[in-house]
Amino acid sequence: MAQSLNPSASDPALAVDPNRRDFIHIAAAAAAAGGAVAVAWPLIDQLNPAADTLALSSLEFDLSKVPLGAETTLLWRKQPVFVRHRTPQEITAARAADHGALKDPESDAARVKAGHEQWLILLGSCTHLGCLPTFGGGEYKGWLCPCHGSVYDTSGRIRKGPAPKNLGVPDYAFLSDTKIKIG
Amino acid sequence: MSHPSTYEPKTGIERWLDSRLPIVRFGADLMSYPTPRNLNYWYTFGGILSFCLAVQIITGIVLAMHYDASGAGAFMSVERGIMRDVNYGWLIRGVHANGASMFFVAVYLHIMRGIYYGSYKAPREVLWLLGCVIYVLMMATAFMGYVLPWGQMSFWGAKVITNLIGALPLVGKPITTLLWGGFSVDDPTLNRFFSLHYLLPFVIAAVVALHIWALHVPGNNNPTGVNVKSDNDTVAFHPFYTVKDGFAIGLFMIMFAVFVFYLPDALGKADNAIPANPLVTPAHIVPEWYLLPFYAILRAIPDKLLGVLALAGSIGMLFALPWLDTSKVKSMRYRPTARLYFFIWIAATCVLGWCGSQEPDGKLFGIESFNFIDYPIMSVTWASRIAALYYFSFFGIMLFLGLSETPLPVPDSLYTPVLKTPVAAPAE
Repeated sequence: MAQSLNPSASDPALAVDPNRRDFIHIAAAAAAAGGAVAVAWPLIDQLNPAADTLALSSLEFDLSKVPLGAETTLLWRKQPVFVRHRTPQEITAARAADHGALKDPESDAARVKAGHEQWLILLGSCTHLGCLPTFGGGEYKGWLCPCHGSVYDTSGRIRKGPAPKNLGVPDYAFLSDTKIKIG
Repeated sequence: MSHPSTYEPKTGIERWLDSRLPIVRFGADLMSYPTPRNLNYWYTFGGILSFCLAVQIITGIVLAMHYDASGAGAFMSVERGIMRDVNYGWLIRGVHANGASMFFVAVYLHIMRGIYYGSYKAPREVLWLLGCVIYVLMMATAFMGYVLPWGQMSFWGAKVITNLIGALPLVGKPITTLLWGGFSVDDPTLNRFFSLHYLLPFVIAAVVALHIWALHVPGNNNPTGVNVKSDNDTVAFHPFYTVKDGFAIGLFMIMFAVFVFYLPDALGKADNAIPANPLVTPAHIVPEWYLLPFYAILRAIPDKLLGVLALAGSIGMLFALPWLDTSKVKSMRYRPTARLYFFIWIAATCVLGWCGSQEPDGKLFGIESFNFIDYPIMSVTWASRIAALYYFSFFGIMLFLGLSETPLPVPDSLYTPVLKTPVAAPAE
């Protein structure tokens, strides 16, 4: 019908091809959508850690500063890291619980470096909501989170409370017997 | 707006402007908006909330002129600069910080009013949903504002709340990193929170405009829940309700001033007077009072993800309320059973609020008791579990109660409850 009203209908070269018109609409909309995504990505990605933040990625620490049975807290990537010099009793308690009912099963040996069992290096951030657990509290003589009462044992494993996972172990390596590099 | 315009341009310049930009007509129609004549003082909180938003925006813009959004400078710019050095800075910050609490006092009464009188029911569901959106935006704005002074509670509150999002599977961690801009809460977090804290009040103002628009289309509900039947049932918003709202705002300002001038730190936490320290968690982290019930729900559940979902669900329930309440009767004046469950719900929410402020294993009334599953039965945790159970059950009760209860007789017009004698024609 429309064709009969169109004076150019008799001339195929001038006729409007509906498929060509649709193609232009779809192509224009697709280009606009692609452009919107391309513009959105930098606006989202700028929220990610900046290069100077990422640059603060490794830390060396001299372990001889921590006497037996003591603990220090370092700041690595603006996160607290616990460095604990464990007593033989703490190690025994942790190893004895290896096969107990653990919420996040992991052996103590897997959480320390072989030959350096006395050194427990942990991310000091409760796996529940990120508070800083304190040592010596709770019924497992490990860490107790003051915020929501999560209890960790002497291997930093979650034993009770709302936290779902064990305290994290950062990537670290022994540079010598008394020096570690975190990150 | 939705009622016929009654504006008549009187001067030549008004007629000239009216045919180009009818802004005077818009304002005049807003003021002549027909409003049910039986609104009580519970209906003044809309006006009070507009006042609160204006106060927060004005004081906030001023505070931003003196604030330094950096980890090194934020605390000092607030505690020394604004509180001690800037002329009247203590007053402006006192109004802004306490203003947030006042805003929530008013919004909670406004929400309770809406539930009691069934204001969320057809045809006002969109009005209600927009209100819920404003409430969520308010919580986000208040939370980010609380982070800005960069004290211990600011820092650790930010850490706990951003970690909440990390509980979501798959998307949780990347979103948390986007919020932090680092490996933890730090300078980049503070900067982006400041930017968003400045932005969101204007978003709230825009949603408030939609909220008022969605109010003016169906018109106000009223304490009887009975629809307006004729022009006799309404009065013009101005002067009748501008004066009533104005009087209520005056009373509200008295309470506001008591806090600002006599109890400026009563609603804050002493820990926030200590600069943020990422190596020391305060012994007892609690959010501001207006978020405590939700915090208690979060802590009541021993599983991280389920706790976060319950927290979100407790607010999500409000969004679903128009479809959960099956009763045809709007006002709880005529629903004695629903009214009882509603008041228990308010009480349960208050219990949750109290629980949220306590240690999870704190003893109730100092009573020593046996361990039930994980906590003593007479502990804050079990109290919050029982209260949270009721908090959620209330919405299920509303679903079934509407089908089973027998409401009291509903008056045929909003005049009937006011007039002592049965309505003949109002006598001259």
